[in-house]
Amino acid sequence: MKMISVQWKKIYFLLMKEFRYFFFSPVAYIFICIFLIALGWLYFSRFFLYNQLEMREFFNILPIVLSFVVPALTMGSFSEEFSSGSYETISTTTVSTLEIVFAKFLAATLFMYIALFPTLMYPITLAFLGELDFGPIIGGYIGSIFLIASLVSIGIFSSSLSKNQIISFIVALAISVVLCLILSLMKALIPPFLIDFIEFIDFSSRFSNIARGIIDLRDLVYFSFFSVIFLYLTYQNLELRKLA
Amino acid sequence: MIEVKNLTKYYGDFLAVNSISFNIEKGEIVGLLGPNGAGKSTTIRMLTTYFAPTSGEIYINGYDIKENPTLVKKFIGYIPEASPLYSEMVVYDYLRFIANIQDVPQDQVEERIEFVVSKCGLTEMVYKKIGELSKGYRQRTGLAHAIIHNPPILILDEPTSGLDPNQIIEIRELIKELGKEKTVLLSSHILSEVQATCNRVIIINKGSIVADGPTNELLKGSFDSERFIIKIKTKDSCESIKSRLSGIEGIYGCEVFDGELKEISLNVARKEGIEEKIYTSIKSTDWILYEFRKEIQTLEQIFKQLTMEED
Repeated sequence: MKMISVQWKKIYFLLMKEFRYFFFSPVAYIFICIFLIALGWLYFSRFFLYNQLEMREFFNILPIVLSFVVPALTMGSFSEEFSSGSYETISTTTVSTLEIVFAKFLAATLFMYIALFPTLMYPITLAFLGELDFGPIIGGYIGSIFLIASLVSIGIFSSSLSKNQIISFIVALAISVVLCLILSLMKALIPPFLIDFIEFIDFSSRFSNIARGIIDLRDLVYFSFFSVIFLYLTYQNLELRKLA
Repeated sequence: MIEVKNLTKYYGDFLAVNSISFNIEKGEIVGLLGPNGAGKSTTIRMLTTYFAPTSGEIYINGYDIKENPTLVKKFIGYIPEASPLYSEMVVYDYLRFIANIQDVPQDQVEERIEFVVSKCGLTEMVYKKIGELSKGYRQRTGLAHAIIHNPPILILDEPTSGLDPNQIIEIRELIKELGKEKTVLLSSHILSEVQATCNRVIIINKGSIVADGPTNELLKGSFDSERFIIKIKTKDSCESIKSRLSGIEGIYGCEVFDGELKEISLNVARKEGIEEKIYTSIKSTDWILYEFRKEIQTLEQIFKQLTMEED
C-alpha cells in the first residue's frame, strides 16, 4: 500500500497559483458580476410580490443558479491543463496528485465564497426595513458553504474526465441540475419504494432544511461526505490516466 | 543513476515500448533517438512517473520509482515536449512558484531564480508573460523550470522541436553546458542533434532498442560503408567513368547519372585514406571537379542498416 501524504505547504502554493489565475484575468470579475446580477434579478423580481421580509426565495433560487455557475467555473480546472499539456509539467514536479486535486478544489470553493460574499448586503439592507429573522438566513449561508463545496467537487471531477471543457461543463451541469432541481421535481412521479433513496441523495430538500434554520448534522455530514467522495473519484481518475 | 529493466508499455493492444533495458551512469549525456512514434516520449513519461509502466522496473538513484514516486521526482528535472507552461503567468512568478513547490528552501529561492535566469539567458524576459515569449525563450523557460531545484538528472523531451536554426544552436549549447554537472537524457528524432550534444546514443524503433553505444562509434564506426557524391564536367561517357573509378581499391559500388554535370555516387568501404585515392584518380584526368562530398547518413539510412543487420 502506497502512502498517500499531503503537504499543506504545497497545497498553499498551488492554491495561490490558481487564485492568481482567477483574479489576474478579467474573467473572474465578469463571472462574479454575471452571478450576482442573475441571482439578484431572479430574487428581487419576485421579492415585492411576496411582500414579506425574508430571504426564503433567495435560498430557493440559489441552488439552481449555483448548479449552472459552478460547472462554468470548474470546467477548465483540469480540462484546460490537459489540453495545453501543462498538467504533465506540473504533475511531474514533486507535488502529488492529491495535492493538485485539493488545491484546485479549495481554489474554486473559496472563489465561490468570495462571489457569494457581496450577497450579504441583502440581509443587511433588509434588516433596515424591519424586524428580520436572522435564523434562516444564517442557516442559508451555512448551507451554501456546504452546497458549494459539493457542487465544486462534482465540477472538478467532471473536469478530470476530459480535455474538452464543453464536455466537462455539460457533465457537471447534468449531475448538478439533477441533484439540485430534477430530483425534487420528480418526486411525484417516482415509485414509492425509491422515495427514501431519492430523498437521501437529493440536494435541494437537504439544503432547504438548512435554509429554514433547521441545521441537522446529518445534512452537513451528507454534503461533506459527498465532496470527499467526488474528490476521491477525481484522484482515482487521475491516477488511472497514468495507466492509460 | 537511471536504471531501466524490461520496461514495457501497452496502450490497449498497442505495444508502445517493448521490454527495453538500459543503464545511464552519472555524468552521461544520452540521446534517445528514434523516428516519430518509436516510443521515445512514452519511455520518458514512464521515467518521470507521468505514465505507469505495464511491466518492468525503473530505478532512479537506486530508488524504485513505483514505491517512492515523490522522492524520485526530486532528483529529476523534466520538461515535456514543446514546454507546456502556464502561459498566463509572468516568467518570474512562474519560476518562483516552481521553486516553491519543488522544495527550494525559502531563503534560497531568490538566489536560485537569479541563477537559472542568467544561466538560461532569460534576463530580459523575466517580467514578460510566458504566453508572449517566442518559442526559443519559452524553451529556455522550460529549461529554467527543469533546473530550478538543482536536480542531478535532467530529462528533456524533444528540446529543440519547433525552434529555428539559431535557437536550436543556442539550446544545444545550453544543454551541453548543463550536461557538465548533470546526467542528461534527451529525446530527438534528428540525428545531427544527437551527434552534436550527446556522448551516448540509444536508438529506439517500434518500441525496441536497436542500438546503444557511444555516439561517434555508433553513428560512424559501426557502419563499414560510406557514400561519396561527386559531380564532374567531362565529355567522357558514363561507362568509361564507371570503369575508371571502379578500379580503385575499396570501391564496391559506382553509379553514374548523366546530365550537364555527371553525378557519381560511390559506395566505399570505410578505410583511412580512401578520399585521397579517389581524388588522385580524378586529378589525373581532364575532368573538372564541381563537387566532392561525403553523404551524411540520415536516420532513415541508419535504421535501414541497423534493422537489416538484425534480420
